[in-house]
Amino acid sequence: MLSKKEKKLIKEMWERLTPVAEDIGSEALLRMFASYPGTKTYFSHLDISPGSAHLSSHGKKIVLAIAEGAKDISQLTVTLAPLQTLHAYQLRIDPTNFKLLSHCMLVTLACYLGSEFTPVAHAAMDKFLSAFAAVLSEKYR
Amino acid sequence: MVAWSDQERSIITSIFSNLDYNDVGPKALIRCLIVYPWTQRYFASFGNLYNADAIKTNPNIQAHGTKVLHGLDRAVKNMDDIKTTYAELSVLHSEKLHVDPDNFKLLADCLTIVIAAKMGSGFTPEIQATFQKFLAVVVSALGKQYH
Repeated sequence: MLSKKEKKLIKEMWERLTPVAEDIGSEALLRMFASYPGTKTYFSHLDISPGSAHLSSHGKKIVLAIAEGAKDISQLTVTLAPLQTLHAYQLRIDPTNFKLLSHCMLVTLACYLGSEFTPVAHAAMDKFLSAFAAVLSEKYR
Repeated sequence: MVAWSDQERSIITSIFSNLDYNDVGPKALIRCLIVYPWTQRYFASFGNLYNADAIKTNPNIQAHGTKVLHGLDRAVKNMDDIKTTYAELSVLHSEKLHVDPDNFKLLADCLTIVIAAKMGSGFTPEIQATFQKFLAVVVSALGKQYH
């Protein structure tokens, strides 16, 4: 469960990261593809090479959706309703992959924020991304 | 037997040769205890772990974090047979310390984050993948003697 303090911290962090959504998002995806090659199977229809337009726009899309969810964490189910449907009925990405992307998102944030990515911030972020992934997979079955 | 390319070997040895074990070890362990608080169950005898500040300043945690990194060093120096190198350690963690092997991955992930924060953009996706491959072998070897 996220405390009030943690929700505030997460909201502020994603507000700061929104201007660099493209960079953060595409880096997280690249890290995921490098460490977990199986994840590339979901992107056979896109050009996911470093620096590609597809990678940038897709990375940006993902980060902006996460940032939107961070604005009001108590309303995650409402905010994510359309994305829940998309992932459950169209994309059908195996939910184990959400953990892999979340991990790579944390690594990206650590590289980007350095010592500012304190253990407390890391804990809050990990909890938030887990909650986000859980809500995202709610309509799967 | 795990196969390592020359590039992978050099990535691993390079990362570790640039680490201060007294700094990174404790940082990784502290992070693990804060991000995954249930891991504190193995450190009941270490004293005050009641909040993040207590964990960060606990001298027993500091010493133990350094010990863990020196343990990893043995794997770096024996990359071609980590399984044998860690056989005794695996028995220790299973028979004496009774650590759930799932926890090894949690600490490994925290170490990855600490290294990432330290290396910044130098921790490229390829270097991350190699580092995670190394830690996966370590984690597997540590769990090998459990029965």
